[in-house]
Amino acid sequence: MEQIFDPLTMARWQFGLTTLYHFLFVPLTIGMALMAAIMQTAWVRTNKVTYLKLTRLFGKIFLINFAMGVVTGIVQEFQFGMNWSEYSRFVGDVFGAPLAIEGLAAFFFEATFIGLWIFGWGRIPRLAHLACIWVVFIASTLSAYFILAANAFMQNPVGYTMNAERGRAELTSLWEVLTNPVALAAFPHTIFAAIMFAAAVMVAVAAWHLRRRQHVETMRPALKTGLWANVAAFAGVGLSGDQLSLAMVDAQPMKMAAAEGLYETTKNASFSIFTLGTPDGASELFSIRIPHLLSLLSTHTLGGEVEGINDLQDQYVAQFGPGEYTPIIWITYWAFRWMIGLGACSALVSLIALWFTRKKARPLGARAEDLKWRALIWTAPLPLLASLVGWVFTEMGRQPWIVFGEMKTAAAVSPTVAGWQVAISLAAFTLIYGVLAVVEFRLILKAAQEGPPEIAEDDDGEGGSSADDADFAMVY
Amino acid sequence: MELTQLWFILVAFFFVGYFVLDGFDFGVGMALPLLSRDDTDRRVVINTIGPVWDLNETWVIVAGAVLFAAFPEWYASLFSGMYLPLLLILLALIARGVSFEFRHQRKHAGWKRAFDRMIIVGSLAPAFLWGLIFTGVVQGLPMTADHDVRAGFTDIVNPYTVLGGVTLTLLCLVHGAVFIALKTDGAIRTRARRLAAGVGAPAAAAAVGLLVWTLLEHRDAALAGPALVVGVLAALALVGGLAANLVGREGLAFTGLAVTTAAAISTLFLVLFPTVLPSTSGVGTLTIDNASSTDYTLGVMLWVAAFTTPLVIGYQIWTYWVFRRRLTREHIASAAH
Repeated sequence: MEQIFDPLTMARWQFGLTTLYHFLFVPLTIGMALMAAIMQTAWVRTNKVTYLKLTRLFGKIFLINFAMGVVTGIVQEFQFGMNWSEYSRFVGDVFGAPLAIEGLAAFFFEATFIGLWIFGWGRIPRLAHLACIWVVFIASTLSAYFILAANAFMQNPVGYTMNAERGRAELTSLWEVLTNPVALAAFPHTIFAAIMFAAAVMVAVAAWHLRRRQHVETMRPALKTGLWANVAAFAGVGLSGDQLSLAMVDAQPMKMAAAEGLYETTKNASFSIFTLGTPDGASELFSIRIPHLLSLLSTHTLGGEVEGINDLQDQYVAQFGPGEYTPIIWITYWAFRWMIGLGACSALVSLIALWFTRKKARPLGARAEDLKWRALIWTAPLPLLASLVGWVFTEMGRQPWIVFGEMKTAAAVSPTVAGWQVAISLAAFTLIYGVLAVVEFRLILKAAQEGPPEIAEDDDGEGGSSADDADFAMVY
Repeated sequence: MELTQLWFILVAFFFVGYFVLDGFDFGVGMALPLLSRDDTDRRVVINTIGPVWDLNETWVIVAGAVLFAAFPEWYASLFSGMYLPLLLILLALIARGVSFEFRHQRKHAGWKRAFDRMIIVGSLAPAFLWGLIFTGVVQGLPMTADHDVRAGFTDIVNPYTVLGGVTLTLLCLVHGAVFIALKTDGAIRTRARRLAAGVGAPAAAAAVGLLVWTLLEHRDAALAGPALVVGVLAALALVGGLAANLVGREGLAFTGLAVTTAAAISTLFLVLFPTVLPSTSGVGTLTIDNASSTDYTLGVMLWVAAFTTPLVIGYQIWTYWVFRRRLTREHIASAAH
């Protein structure tokens, strides 16, 4: 019993589950806000009703998603204190600051202006209303920045000093915390990944309708915009990922070694795309390798030396005392590959689709055409899955530390919360999150399949036919 | 004034803001079945808080984050010590928040009924549980020398805290009813005023009981005098608000109830000061000094708060101004969906 309801294990599972679940909604919220903002800007500039329809459609999807993002976000903040009170005491002086700034300077904006945008159709002047959705996008992006800065402190603690008497980390420079190199690289990486996903969703919605030859005039621009945004965002993901690798090698060389399962320190290190063998690296049956790539990723030179797990383990034992300092290699190894692979697949599909939809393209046969639409629909989740395994890699690759080099995860859990309490909470969240995921997914699917609303060509977008100009959009 | 004292005030400010704003929209959720005769009525009631429930709820996120940043020990001990009530609050807030968005997505009656129930329970439970938690803190909890709370069931649920929970619930309900009266017209408006008047008496009895009990228990508090003044203000504002409701001055009634909630929550903070988490076991009491962050953190965060808070208040007032019109059944009928 004690073994099953071990508070640490339960708390870790709960954090993993609730965080990944929360992150199901984050990318779509950030990315969809941008897509809706772009569409609405296009509408305000051109007055083409097509863009208004798209704004309404993607705004609706954004909205269904947004509520889930908000309510699961509260859980994230509360659970630091509830499950990880020792961690909260240890880092509060440093970690609390970016969280509080996030609330004050970003989340308040987001929550207020989303209400103004949703209910403000026809109630607020056109340009002010357009500004609202841009504020929502900028605020949600800022929000992500402060959260990533907080997370970066766990990966690469900076701007603090240890107070031995109080047994806690204390902030010495907020600026250093906010300009943590890990945060500066993780931020564009996360935002571009979010845009990739939102773009893929937009493409999938467009493809679904185009396959049925409906709403063709509206869905064509959505398809094009989405495909281009997906490919461009992938380039951003790659470039920022490269920067993030460098920052990671600098701060957490063990994580990079674990990403490759590289046991011995190596020059000219190759990168394996695929390995068959035992996860401890003792025996490798088969692998496909790209020469020099790991050295290139880690040091930006072909022959650079990459530290191996065994050396780092010895080094950490000497530095921090006896213990296991190696994360679970098969998880980090495969998560790293799936992250890159899934993201690349999504961009590749978009590139191919762009090739076949270019102006001079010869028309495809009926079956190839159908295949194209299906591929665009079914590959929509890939960027999201890539983001999720990316987070698994980042967080699991940090273990056994909760704050790298300063505090171990095992020491961070709340001492007063019994295993059964965390078990109850884990079960409750799993249940309610599971049910809501199904409902949410169906609602988004339904909204997507219903397609854009019917809006007359001469509509000014000011909230339908009502004579009462003070009406506001009745959303609920 | 010391930074720790300023931050105590700021933490209190954000929690007061939360209970005033989310308080009345909890009340709107509770009043949903009491004021509605059909689905159109229910939609009118829900739409009164449609544009603002989200920003109101954000206050708890900010209050929690500000608490974390300024008083990490307080945050850690309180949140781990009140584990199960907070868990229930989280589940209730999740159910409630998604219900607003999901309810109108399908026309099916059973679908709507299910989400209506989630809105009602999801509004009632947090109001009661927050009352329980806050009065539990004021009462004190068994703690270890390391400031860990070791609370048993009766430490959290006992006559005083239950009175705290009931009081906050009733205040929220009256406030919600008054808000609906202010924001609607026709039959719902009349019913809302009647509801506020009806619940007003038990709410006043509970609130006065709680305030007297609290002030008597904390006669020796450092700020017993100001607490008494603010406590009396809460009672007067409640009486004034209820009287304004009876004579149909809805704006005044709403303001009165807002002052009531703000003053009542402030009274709890005032009797605590400078303690933030009193221990009943002789050791481990947390005060603004041993629970706080460093002066550097409190200092820079004060700048952040000083710049952002007025802005936040400004655009939130603007939001309420934009959506100031009363809603009626005709609005629902003409809305296309």
